[in-house]
Amino acid sequence: MTDPSAPIAGTKAPSSLWRNVWSQFRAHRGAFWGGLFLVFITLFVLVGPLMWDVDAQKLDMRGKNMRPIYTVLWDADAKVSWTRPLGTDNLGRDTLAKMMAGGQVSLAVGWTAMILSLVLGTIIGVLAGFFRRLDGPLMRFTDLVLSLPLLPLLLVMMLLFRDPLRMAFGPETGIFILIVVVIGITSWMNTARIVRGDVLALKEQEFILAARSIGTPARRMIPRHILPNVLSPIMVSATLGLANAIITESALSFLGLGFPSDFPTWGKLLFDSVDRMTSYPERVIWPGIAISFTVLSVNYIGDGLRDALDPRIRGR
Amino acid sequence: MLTYTIRRLFLAIPTLLFIALVIFLLLELAPGDPMAEMPLTIPDEVKQRMREALGLGKPWYTRFGLWLYQFFVVEPQYWIDGTFGTDFAGGAQRIISFQSRAPVFDIIAQRVPQTLWVVGMSYIVGVLIALPIGIISAYRQYSWFDNLGTFISMVGFSVPTFFTGVLLIVIFSVNLGWFPSIYDTTHKVESWADFGFQVKQMAMPVFVLALYNAAQISRFMRASMLDNLNQDYVRTARAKGLTERVVVLVHVLRNSMIPVITVIALGVPSVFGGAIITEQVFKVNGLGQLLIIAIQASDIPMVMTLTFIFAVLIVLFNLIADVLYGVFDPRIRYD
Repeated sequence: MTDPSAPIAGTKAPSSLWRNVWSQFRAHRGAFWGGLFLVFITLFVLVGPLMWDVDAQKLDMRGKNMRPIYTVLWDADAKVSWTRPLGTDNLGRDTLAKMMAGGQVSLAVGWTAMILSLVLGTIIGVLAGFFRRLDGPLMRFTDLVLSLPLLPLLLVMMLLFRDPLRMAFGPETGIFILIVVVIGITSWMNTARIVRGDVLALKEQEFILAARSIGTPARRMIPRHILPNVLSPIMVSATLGLANAIITESALSFLGLGFPSDFPTWGKLLFDSVDRMTSYPERVIWPGIAISFTVLSVNYIGDGLRDALDPRIRGR
Repeated sequence: MLTYTIRRLFLAIPTLLFIALVIFLLLELAPGDPMAEMPLTIPDEVKQRMREALGLGKPWYTRFGLWLYQFFVVEPQYWIDGTFGTDFAGGAQRIISFQSRAPVFDIIAQRVPQTLWVVGMSYIVGVLIALPIGIISAYRQYSWFDNLGTFISMVGFSVPTFFTGVLLIVIFSVNLGWFPSIYDTTHKVESWADFGFQVKQMAMPVFVLALYNAAQISRFMRASMLDNLNQDYVRTARAKGLTERVVVLVHVLRNSMIPVITVIALGVPSVFGGAIITEQVFKVNGLGQLLIIAIQASDIPMVMTLTFIFAVLIVLFNLIADVLYGVFDPRIRYD
């Protein structure tokens, strides 16, 4: 989606590549608002707990089952309080504080798993594209992993390694490591394929020939000449990876195979509230909105990045 | 074409064997003990004997071979026996579920209709919605319709199905009371009123999955139409004086459908995987729910067989997609 009224890059005197990219990115309305929302939600989960100083785990049996403050608008008798703006759960824990704590975990899982899958995908893609001998085996391997039924295997792996890792690293860190690794090793394939394709195309270009002719070894060729030039597909698949990781984590939590229940994530909050959603729909809706809007904004950012990093579209 | 298909079929065999091995070895690491639910008063040596009766005493390669034999030889024999009334199997040991002690394939056969109805219907509905949206979006690029379609499809694949499902339940079953929130599998269609109820209880799960599928397919359809709309042959067709309708719906659409058909074929197995969550939300007791229960009860034969069936579906539909590509696109010749 290009906006024809966008300021044409290059009209202002000196402009660098990244400034062009930025101006194109800003012109993409969805990407711009998506970026703003991602910044907002990140601040919400990181800075929010400093301002809203309530312990997400503190039980308060007197103040249990409070409704959000806005319920007063249509139900004057509802049990609400300004000290609990989003209400409390059946054990009296504050929903707003839980949303912040849950968001920290969900976003942390998303970012770490995305980085892991990106690193794996890039390494495999570059190796397959650059070294002809590795191309066949690595790509066959990628195809093989792609034809595995991933969601069932994800569930199986969660179940298998949950207890040993819990023993080794404690209940929370253990599950965190497990979820990140499991999502990472089941989502690198598309990155690897895209990166390989781009590396294959790059290898035919003159500057690579020039670098080769002055005797650049592979270990210097890859970080210096190859990686900077495949950065844009990597960045686009990073956004897809982040969206995918957040959704997968919440899906695992939703199926009851994610984090333990005293350790909230958005997916877990949603799952725990499903049984009571008839009386307290807000407990389902808020975490759901948080997941959906975060993923939506990340997808829009990816859309904008794809346009901004494509030199054929940029500057038109 | 035929030789290509046959070659691909033969290539699929080692792939599937390898996948089966991966799944089997992964499950082999399982800490869950199928004896865990037995009473504690059973003496240890009896438990050991029961474990052997379940076939757990032998080394893994023997059990893997046995499983392969049962899956590829014994179970088809029982299937043929059941269909034609013959007696090939001769009482051979079938794959038995740890949980229910019933043959795995009998349980799967009970679950397949629900999954096929809900998931299959949602995929068909999704495709039927996606194609017109994609065509119109591309034909009127950047119009309000296109922008709306882009937004809805973005929402469709950003909002996880478990949230759409739960949201629909809150709105339509809890507040409005239009649809039941739980899928009743025992319901039999015998009259028009029954049929109406069946439609009602399928409406929400089908809508959730259809939205998700339509979101992706409509994007592909739009992109593919856009690629073709600017080609020279379209200008030629218009210059010949063909009506716009014929140009778009015959000339452009036929060429644009080639990649879309393969995408649709590739999506079929992932629909079965994605349906795991939707089945859980609406309590449809289909294959996905069966898998979840089996995983939680560490019912290894069931998990193994179901996961492998999913893998077979993926490999099979990959093959179908490649073959369809060759059938529909005369520029592609595999031989």
